[in-house]
Amino acid sequence: MTESALQRDLPTTDPTWAERNHAALRTLRLYVRTLFRNASAVLGLGLVLLFLAIAAVGPWIIPYPEDAAGAVHMDRKLQPPSAEHWFGTDEVGNDVFSRVVLGTRLTLQIALIVTGVAILIGVPLGMIAGYVGGAVQEVIMRVTDIFLGVPGLILAIAIVGALGPGIANAMLALSLVWWPGYVRLVQAKTLSLKNEIYVDAARSMGAGPMRIVFVHLLPNCTSPIVVKASMDMGMAILGAASLGFLGLGAQPPEPEWGAMISIARNYLPDWWWYSFFPGLAIFITVMGFNLLGDGLRDILDPQHRE
Amino acid sequence: MLNFALRRMAWMAVMLVGLLAITFSISHIAPGDPAALAAGPDATREMVERIRFEHGLDRPLPVQFALYLGNILQGNWGTSINTRHAVWDDLVLFFPATFELVVFSILIAVGIGIPLGVLAAVRQNTWLDHSIRLVTVGGVALPMFWLGLMLQLALALHFGWFPLGGRMDMMTEPVAPITHLLLVDTLLHGEFAIFVECLHHIVLPAAALSIPALASIIRVNRAEMLETLNQDYVVNAMAQGLSLFRIVAIYALRNAMLPTMAMIGLRFGWMLGGTVLVETVFDWPGIGLYAVESAINSDFEPIMGSTIVLGFFFMLTNLFIDIVYALLDPRVREQI
Amino acid sequence: MTGTPLLAVEDLTVEFDTFDGVYKALDGVSFTLGRGESLGIVGETGCGKSVTAKSILGLVPSPPGRTRAGRILFDGDDLLEDGGARVRDIRGIDIAMIFQDPMTYLNPVFTVGQQLVDVIRAQQRLMPASERMSRAGARALALEMLERVHLPNPERQFSAYPHQLSGGMRQRVLIAQALSGRPRILVADEPTTALDVTIQAQILSLIRELIASFQLSVILISHDLGVVATVCDRIVVMYAGQIVEDASVTEIFDNPQHPYTQGLLAAVPHPGRPVSSLSGISGTLPNLLDPPSGCRFRTRCERATDACGTRPALEQLGTGHRVACWHRGAGP
Repeated sequence: MTESALQRDLPTTDPTWAERNHAALRTLRLYVRTLFRNASAVLGLGLVLLFLAIAAVGPWIIPYPEDAAGAVHMDRKLQPPSAEHWFGTDEVGNDVFSRVVLGTRLTLQIALIVTGVAILIGVPLGMIAGYVGGAVQEVIMRVTDIFLGVPGLILAIAIVGALGPGIANAMLALSLVWWPGYVRLVQAKTLSLKNEIYVDAARSMGAGPMRIVFVHLLPNCTSPIVVKASMDMGMAILGAASLGFLGLGAQPPEPEWGAMISIARNYLPDWWWYSFFPGLAIFITVMGFNLLGDGLRDILDPQHRE
Repeated sequence: MLNFALRRMAWMAVMLVGLLAITFSISHIAPGDPAALAAGPDATREMVERIRFEHGLDRPLPVQFALYLGNILQGNWGTSINTRHAVWDDLVLFFPATFELVVFSILIAVGIGIPLGVLAAVRQNTWLDHSIRLVTVGGVALPMFWLGLMLQLALALHFGWFPLGGRMDMMTEPVAPITHLLLVDTLLHGEFAIFVECLHHIVLPAAALSIPALASIIRVNRAEMLETLNQDYVVNAMAQGLSLFRIVAIYALRNAMLPTMAMIGLRFGWMLGGTVLVETVFDWPGIGLYAVESAINSDFEPIMGSTIVLGFFFMLTNLFIDIVYALLDPRVREQI
Repeated sequence: MTGTPLLAVEDLTVEFDTFDGVYKALDGVSFTLGRGESLGIVGETGCGKSVTAKSILGLVPSPPGRTRAGRILFDGDDLLEDGGARVRDIRGIDIAMIFQDPMTYLNPVFTVGQQLVDVIRAQQRLMPASERMSRAGARALALEMLERVHLPNPERQFSAYPHQLSGGMRQRVLIAQALSGRPRILVADEPTTALDVTIQAQILSLIRELIASFQLSVILISHDLGVVATVCDRIVVMYAGQIVEDASVTEIFDNPQHPYTQGLLAAVPHPGRPVSSLSGISGTLPNLLDPPSGCRFRTRCERATDACGTRPALEQLGTGHRVACWHRGAGP
């Protein structure tokens, strides 16, 4: 409205910069407005950036670097939050704040690996199923259905139970239960894109299947994959923390949030800070990724835009 | 409709074989010798060889899988090193507790989630909508085990309003089992005091299990209600003078329930996974706790048994949801 | 009371808030509907016909829609007063509406019969409980209505779901819904546009038949002058949210005064008329976010002069013929 008022005041002989780029400006305004009208998406972006920043500089900002590997200071064990120890100390006198901050690295690593492996397995399978069709599709999709038919965390526990507890096995187990979602997503998208006119046109001009998949289909699947990946980063963090809590994932003294809580719960209720802060860190990080995923969906998927 | 249900059941049988194929494969990806695993950590070399022969572990894989299927179907699910009982007996013992907790939790999540989702949609962009939204955004991100611990910390340990864990007080004489579901059995026996006690015990674990599911059910239901309230048939119903209540609660909600049902199914799976966490936190004597204790001890057969039972339970729920879906939407019934 | 028209729309102005600004959908629309009269509203897509129809029943979604000014008088009562309570009371009872696309206006998950029965019961919502129909009575009326709209095999279709019916059959069901409460006014918003040509003719003749047997007053919205001419006595021509001409059907066809009306007529094909004589109206509808000042048609009008920079009033030309144009006349 202010823009049109502005235009009327300007001499109308030459088109202004704003007039010439009207369409691009409108799209940009729409994106910015969609993002900011959704204050929660901005919050999500902020939380994720904060998480990434802490993971990047963590080892250099923590007050007690030696506590990461599990130093022992029995003289200052189980102290409540204070100016020296913002989140208090644990049962061997380690600074909980230092360990929570260091936990971001481990958590980010787990989330990236689990989501990444799931994408590397799921996306090609989904693409093949959707593009080739027929019996291949039938087999891939039925196997996917079966995997989706088992509660994920249970299957992960079964796999860890077979392989033995530990952070590497936990990541492997989570990756193995995470890929089917991507198969479904990509297969559905490929199926709907396969018969689009521009794909037909490319095919009629002699483009090979590899070219069609990589040039025409994959780029069009990226938006939903990015949205799902953002959500899944959060969910993978929850899954890894859950396994850590059960004693099946990262093992103490590794500074993993779930594993910290699994020890800390023995010190409730008097030493509450020991369980409270690692859990809060999980909660805030997961919420950040969820909010960001929601916001990305609003921006990248115009159908959901109001 | 019957046709539809039969076809879904046939497909479920295939899914079940698929599930058993997964558990069978997991036993084969395990590092080390499955015979040694089955024999337990203290077995001698001879015992391992005998088990290898008895279990057919020296035969080709397809034969082994057939033997495995046969064993499962006969209820021969192995032995728990931990409890020293047959896995099948353990599962029969622990399943009702998990069933009671999970069903109670999903009923809470659906019973509260759907009205709140409708309310948020009808009052879109009011403070009510915004506060519901704030709660749902947080709810989905809560780690269940931490939520459980914090509920214990605040409501059980600090205020003492609820017991810390278990299904009932240690001192209480249990009622004779009929369904093995304490909430049902106590009512059937007319033991209202024990019923209230059991209800008191289930509140916190059920809250920890249902809050994340509740949050996502509200979200989906709100979004779907907004979508259906914009449909032409709602405009027509308004033009013909139908009451707002009827339009929202019947015309729009029944359509919005279709995608919501899918989310309920998905979330139910997460809840079943969550039982391992919540049962651990609240010492709830169910399959989740049994599976975790077995997994920590690398006690193999009970883990697989728990996976099969919880997986099968999830498949049954999905079958149930598919059938409800078809009852709600005539178009689905005819797709077959 | 015989002096008051059954329905009078006065100076109705409706706007929508959109991302790009305020969309001025209706600007000072005024017309009347007499008892037993059939009024057609014609114009291009986007000229405000549907918004006019929906406004009468208070169906314009708000937000983003907003009634800036105007009154809608039903039998002398202003429906826009008291925040819409009045209009809710007349919906389906005094004024009923049928819509453009019968495919989407029936709820997909309920049977045709149940939806009809629901509507019949809603139409009795203002009666004292003792006078309302029983479920069985409503069901009997529903079946009777399905017969009156000539739905083949009404007993069987009663328990069918909407997706099992063709478009024409669904439109018949919607007409049965609208008329089962014996309304005094039927507002029909493009009732045949989404249908096949042969079905269109059937539905139009059904509407004509029901106008007579139910003694209805009708507002028929269409972009098709031919459709309106077969049903209506009088035609209102709208352009860009305003009324440009309002006259009886014969006057509109024989003596059109507004250049836009003349343009519309020149675009109507009919038998015996050489195709070469058909012509369209050049240009497109103005952007209603920022409509031209003065006469809104001037950007496309061959007769436009400086005078058209001022908005022409809707002038009365004698017996019920109104036109808004500085250069009205039979044209070149």
